[in-house]
Amino acid sequence: MGVELVHGREGYLEMEDVNFSDSDLAYHVKDALKSVSLGDSDSYNQLIGVLHQNGRLSPDDLALLVTSLKAISGAISYVDIVHHESLLTSIFNMSMWDYRPEVMDALVEVIISLAASNGKYVDSCLDMLVSNFLPPRSFSRLLSEPIGIRRKDQVLCRVHSALKDIADLVPLAPLRLWRIIIQRMPNTFSMEPLISIYVENMLRLESSPLGELLGSMMLMAVMDRLVELDVEIEWDDILQEDSNKGIFDMELENVEDFTDDDDNNDDELPKDTLNRKRLGGNLVAEKLDSLMVITFEHLKSCANGGRLVEVFEILRQSFRVTVLNAYKSKFAQFVMFYTCSLDPEYCGVKFSEFLLDMFVDGIYPLTRMSAVAYLASYLSRGKFLSASLVLNILKSLVDWCVEYCQNQDGDISPKAHRIFYAGCQAVMYVLCFRMRSIMEIPRLKAQLLLMPLESLLRHPLTPLKVCLPSIVDEFLRQAKAAHLFTVSETFIFDDLLESEYSRAFGGMERLDMFFPFDPCLLKKCDSYIRPNFVYWSMVRATYDNEEECSSDEGFDEVSMDGNVDNNEDLLSNCSEGNDLDLDEFDNSLNKMSITPKDPLRFSFGGRFEAPTRMPSILRPSTSPESL
Amino acid sequence: MEGLKVSDANLVVFIHPSKANKVPQAILCELSSLLFKFNEKFEGVPLAYEVNIQSEYAKILSGLHPYFGVRLKATLLLFSPKPDMLLEGKVVKLAQESVHVVVLGFSSAIIIEEDIRDEFKYKIRHGEKVYKSKHHKRHAIKVGTMIRFLVKSLDEEILHISGSLIPVNTGSIRWLEKHSRDESQARSGRSNKDRKRKR
Repeated sequence: MGVELVHGREGYLEMEDVNFSDSDLAYHVKDALKSVSLGDSDSYNQLIGVLHQNGRLSPDDLALLVTSLKAISGAISYVDIVHHESLLTSIFNMSMWDYRPEVMDALVEVIISLAASNGKYVDSCLDMLVSNFLPPRSFSRLLSEPIGIRRKDQVLCRVHSALKDIADLVPLAPLRLWRIIIQRMPNTFSMEPLISIYVENMLRLESSPLGELLGSMMLMAVMDRLVELDVEIEWDDILQEDSNKGIFDMELENVEDFTDDDDNNDDELPKDTLNRKRLGGNLVAEKLDSLMVITFEHLKSCANGGRLVEVFEILRQSFRVTVLNAYKSKFAQFVMFYTCSLDPEYCGVKFSEFLLDMFVDGIYPLTRMSAVAYLASYLSRGKFLSASLVLNILKSLVDWCVEYCQNQDGDISPKAHRIFYAGCQAVMYVLCFRMRSIMEIPRLKAQLLLMPLESLLRHPLTPLKVCLPSIVDEFLRQAKAAHLFTVSETFIFDDLLESEYSRAFGGMERLDMFFPFDPCLLKKCDSYIRPNFVYWSMVRATYDNEEECSSDEGFDEVSMDGNVDNNEDLLSNCSEGNDLDLDEFDNSLNKMSITPKDPLRFSFGGRFEAPTRMPSILRPSTSPESL
Repeated sequence: MEGLKVSDANLVVFIHPSKANKVPQAILCELSSLLFKFNEKFEGVPLAYEVNIQSEYAKILSGLHPYFGVRLKATLLLFSPKPDMLLEGKVVKLAQESVHVVVLGFSSAIIIEEDIRDEFKYKIRHGEKVYKSKHHKRHAIKVGTMIRFLVKSLDEEILHISGSLIPVNTGSIRWLEKHSRDESQARSGRSNKDRKRKR
């Protein structure tokens, strides 16, 4: 044993010729700690000095750091919260990302020992571990490189196992942990890599053993963050994103041409502002996109682990509380869509039943209308939903509507009966997508023919007049072709997208034009959604066999007219002002190869979808009094 | 085990008007939020409760939010360890410097080296850490052993107990029970012999 021991206290720090056993070091550290209260802080300060080494450490310094940390874990019972405040602060400020794995292990040992030794340290220890979810700023730029990825793996692995170890020793620690995690969560304005790593950690915790206690809170917090980001994306940003990508220059030219620019306030803004605006929307959209992809991956692994059902229940609660009532929610709801697609038999069914219950039994009208809009969009777009499920839900909806109008007499009153009209519109919307597939199964066809649709739609409340004209139009066409029923009265809508009545029942929130599961505009998530998604172009309508040729023209016409409204923002009433022939307008649009109503073209680098007939984009109406 | 007691309490639970149509649930919810937290009024940690609603009438508080107070009688199971009580818990971690114990599955306790009597020596046997008694071969404390220890102090906020294995009647419960049985058998055996001899 190196007898060249300690001439005075400094000796123990010089490692060249001296061999200390662990217990010797622990003894010296204990000594150093004890002497502080006696007024002698030399060794103590030197110990702190060792902890503050950073940058590239020589092997000796590294060994010193590791052994000092180990010695501190051995001497934990001598640590006093008052006398040794600076030591504790130094320990809690160390970031595991800065060190090699050996140091990480030793540091984690100290933290676990501290937490287990005294209740006073638990919060700080947990806080230190949670702060290690994120790399220090100096490290962020290395994150995408191999060394960064390796380090991230090493750190997070140890952080999570340390949290588990602390929970084993101090069973009530998780109660305090979730509060700390929520507090430290990066806000919506933080950089994308940081939010992403943090959310990754939260979801990792959810599937860990600690997830039993904390899982639901983690999931709900993540959903909240998704909704917050979602709400930050302005509708205008979406339009900018789509329209400006291709025709940014074009648009400016057009802007000079057009005098009428009441709806298009973009005209007034100089190019730079438009850029920033688009950029702003893009950044938030990118963050949301990344977070949703992380969530989807997590859901996939939950499904593989057989845990999807419990996760689904939590997400459903979160959906009811946040997404359902968030007016401008554009993409966050796709988390539910994806979850259901992973387990159609249980989750898929339960979600539709849940939405139906919210509609039928709900208290607040807006929530009910919102729920039925979600239901209609979900049943139409979910490729994984069976025709029989769709029909069952439709039956319940129709029954509810019939029961409702039995107690009503005459008089169209869009506002008063808005829930009823929302229900009717939902039925028609779903049938536009699903009628053919239902009619193809004899058993289901029989049930559909038995449904009192005709009496419902002919009722004095005239849902056919009040619901969105484009939907009614399409529905009637298909119903006629399927011999479902015919209406004697021809409805002349002039191929309008919307009418005064539909606006009235939709109200200020425009719930008449709310199709929440319309194609997802976020690039990365869409690849997850796409395989399970029904695009309008994929739908075979009941009249398709008979009228192949004519329907194409009708296609363009209706799509054009249906979207004159949408184009208004960009091209400012050119149809109205200039009396353009619709076909010509269509042609000119095609030349520019932009249809703002069809953002998929831009989001997916030229993969084209046929122009959609239905109002298939999630947009607020820009009221076309002019039409 | 000391430290556990059952108490009766007269409580008034104030419920928000939005929960007026599901009062029993609201009461259970409110009482559940008290569990596993040290409560000064009860002088202990409520672990379980049983509720009897006294009256169907509740007084409505005046104010911005008209909470109403439901009177009830509750039977509470309380955990209130005090210094010098003997508690029982399971060992979850052993080290040279300390023994970590979990009591009743939720309260953590630590016994530091200085509070472990000299009888016990820390060893690592076949990769397993153990505290072995020098006097009694079969008295061993490993991870998973249920031990009885003395309470030195309690941190009420996080229910962290500081314990001691100094007293002779602390240690592995299984060994202590067996040992005391053997001793009492031996004693009764001796007294029988004495009685026989006397006759």
